[in-house]
Amino acid sequence: MTPLNWRSLYVQVRYWLQEFYVAPYRRELARVQRDHDDLLMLLVFSEAMGVPNPVSFYTLELLPLLYEDFHQWHERLGMRQSPFDHFRCC
Amino acid sequence: MSAAFLAILGWVAFFLGYRFYSRWIAKRIYRLRADAITPAHTYEDGIDYVPTNPFILWGHHFTSVAGAAPIVGPAIAVIWGWLPAFLWVILGTIFIGGVHDFGALWASVRNQGRSIGSLTEDVVGRRARSLFMIIIFLLLLMVNAVFAVVIANLFVNYGSSILPAWSAIVVAVVIGYLLYRRGVGLLWPSLGGLAVLYLMVYLGDVLPFPQLSAPIWILLLFAYAFVASLLPVWLLLQPRDYINSLQLFLALGLLYLAVLVANPTLVAPAFNFEVPADAPAIVPLLFVTIACGAISGFHGLVSSGTSAKQLDRETDARFVGYLGAVGEGALALATILATTAGFASRAEWQGFYQSFTSGGLSAFVQGGSTILNTGLGIPTSLATTLLAVIAVLFAGTTMDTAVRLQRYIIEEWGQIYQLPALTNRYLATSLAVVSCLILAFGAGGVAGTGGMTIWPLFGTTNQLLAALTLLVITVLLVKLARPYWYTLVPLVFVLLMTVSSLLLQLGDFWSKQDYFLLGLDTLILVAAIWVVLEAAFVFNRARMEARIQKVID
Repeated sequence: MTPLNWRSLYVQVRYWLQEFYVAPYRRELARVQRDHDDLLMLLVFSEAMGVPNPVSFYTLELLPLLYEDFHQWHERLGMRQSPFDHFRCC
Repeated sequence: MSAAFLAILGWVAFFLGYRFYSRWIAKRIYRLRADAITPAHTYEDGIDYVPTNPFILWGHHFTSVAGAAPIVGPAIAVIWGWLPAFLWVILGTIFIGGVHDFGALWASVRNQGRSIGSLTEDVVGRRARSLFMIIIFLLLLMVNAVFAVVIANLFVNYGSSILPAWSAIVVAVVIGYLLYRRGVGLLWPSLGGLAVLYLMVYLGDVLPFPQLSAPIWILLLFAYAFVASLLPVWLLLQPRDYINSLQLFLALGLLYLAVLVANPTLVAPAFNFEVPADAPAIVPLLFVTIACGAISGFHGLVSSGTSAKQLDRETDARFVGYLGAVGEGALALATILATTAGFASRAEWQGFYQSFTSGGLSAFVQGGSTILNTGLGIPTSLATTLLAVIAVLFAGTTMDTAVRLQRYIIEEWGQIYQLPALTNRYLATSLAVVSCLILAFGAGGVAGTGGMTIWPLFGTTNQLLAALTLLVITVLLVKLARPYWYTLVPLVFVLLMTVSSLLLQLGDFWSKQDYFLLGLDTLILVAAIWVVLEAAFVFNRARMEARIQKVID
C-alpha cells in the first residue's frame, strides 16, 4: 500500500478549496477589475481629452505602463483607432 | 414506514436514474461526444470560459442551484402526506428535472456557451426573450418577498438563531478581507470561520436574544439586503456563498447519517385525508409547491449561464447537469424525511400542519433537530439552532443575490428605455427593495407573516421558466431530427400543472376577495398563456421546417 503523502494531500485540499471559492465569481470580479482599470485609464488620459488634471505630473509617468492595455481600452469604447493624434496605437 | 428504508429507496431510484436513464438520454437524445471541443476550450479566456475539473464544477453547480427553496417546498407539500411529495421529488428529478438541467447545459454547450435567455431569442423569437425577462423579474420579486418572510418567521420562532445568523455576515466579511486585502490562503480562514460560526451557534443557544416581531425583522432584512447588494462581491457575497456551500454539504451529510443511525418511523400519513381547510387541491398544487427539488427553471439559468462555459468535455454535461439535479432531489428528500419522521406522534405532526402556511421551515427545523438528537446525540436545542441557522443562511444569501440581480435588470431597463435615473445603482436598488416590500406586506397584510401564501405562485413562475427552457431544448431536438418526446412530455406536463394551478388559485383569490394576489396571479397567468401560445407556434413551425428539410433531402 502506498503511504499517505500528507504534503500532496494538503496541496490538493488547498487547490480544491481555492477553485471552489473562485470559480463562480471569476466573471464578476474580472468585470469590477476592468471598471477600475478603465477609470484609471480615464484619469491618465484626461489631459489628452481636454480635462484638466492636477496630478498630470504623476499620471504622465504611468503612460508607458498603460500602453499595452491602451489598444484594448479604445476598442472596447467603440473607437477602432486611437482617439488621440499624438498617441498612436494601431 | 421506516425513514432509513425510504432514504435508501430514494437513493437507489436516483442511482438508477443517473446510471441508466441519463446515460440513455446522453447517448440517444443529446448524443454527447467525448471528442467535441467545448466552448471552455474554444473561447478560453481565464474568466468566463475556463475548462474546469468536473467534480469542482459539479460542486459549485450543485451549491448554486440548491438553497432554501428545495427545503421550503417539500416542507410545505408534505401536508398532503409523505407519499405524493416523495413520488414527485423522485420521479420529477429523474424524468423531468434531470433532463431539463442536463438539456440546458447541452443546448448551451452546443451554442458557444450562450445563456438560455439568449438562445430563447434565437430559437423561439424576440417576444419570447421579453417574456423571459418578465418571468425572471417576477421570480426574483417573489423569491425576495417569500424568503424575507421565511427568515423573519425563523427568527421569531427560533430566537437562538439570531446571533449566529448575523455573525455569519461578519465572518464572511473577515474571510473576504483576509483573502483579498491580506493575501492569506483560503484553508485557515475557512477553518477559522467555521469554528467561529459554530461557536456562535453554541452562544446563540445559551445567550438571551432580542424579541422582535416579524414585520420588524422583514424591514431589517430588506435594509440588510439593500446594503449587501451594493457591497463589492468579493467582500460579502463570495465568502458568504462559500460558507453556505460548506454548510450545505455538512447539513446533508449530518441529516442522512442521523436518519440511517436513528431510523425513525414516519409519523405523517402516506396520504393525508384530513388536510386543513385552507390547503388547496393536491393536483395540481403539489407540482408547483415543490418546484426546486423536482423541476426548477432557475437551474436552466445556472446551467447555461455559468456551468456551460466551464465544461471541460462535452460528456461531463451528464455528470454536472443531471447529477446536480439529483443532488437537489437528495436535499428535498432529506427535507421530506425530517418533516415527516422527526415528530414523536401523528398528533404532534398535525399540530405543526394546522394550516397550509404553518408548517414549512419550522417543521424542517423541529423534525430535523429531533432526528439529529436521536441519531447523533446532538442536544436538541443546539441541533435546532444549527438547522435554523443553515436555513436562514441559505435564504439570506438568495436574498442578497436576488436583490442584486433585480438591480441589474432595472439598470438594464434604464439603458434600454433611456431613463438615466434608473441606471443609478442606489435608485435601482431602492426600487427593487420597495417592490419586494410591497409584495411581502401586500400578500401577508401589515403583520407580514402571511407572505407564504405566495409560495405556490413563486412555484408557478419557476415552472414557467422551466417550460421555456424545455421549449428551447425541444425545438433544438426537432431541428436536429432527434426524438423529442422525452422533453416534450415534461414540457406539456409542467405547463398543464402551472396553468391549472393558476386558474385554481385565481378562483380562490377571487372568492377570498384578495385583489392583490388576484392581480399577481392574473399577471403570471398572462405570462403562462403567452408561453403556451409561443410553445405551440414554435413547435409546429419547427416540425414543419424539419419535414420540408426531409423532403428536400
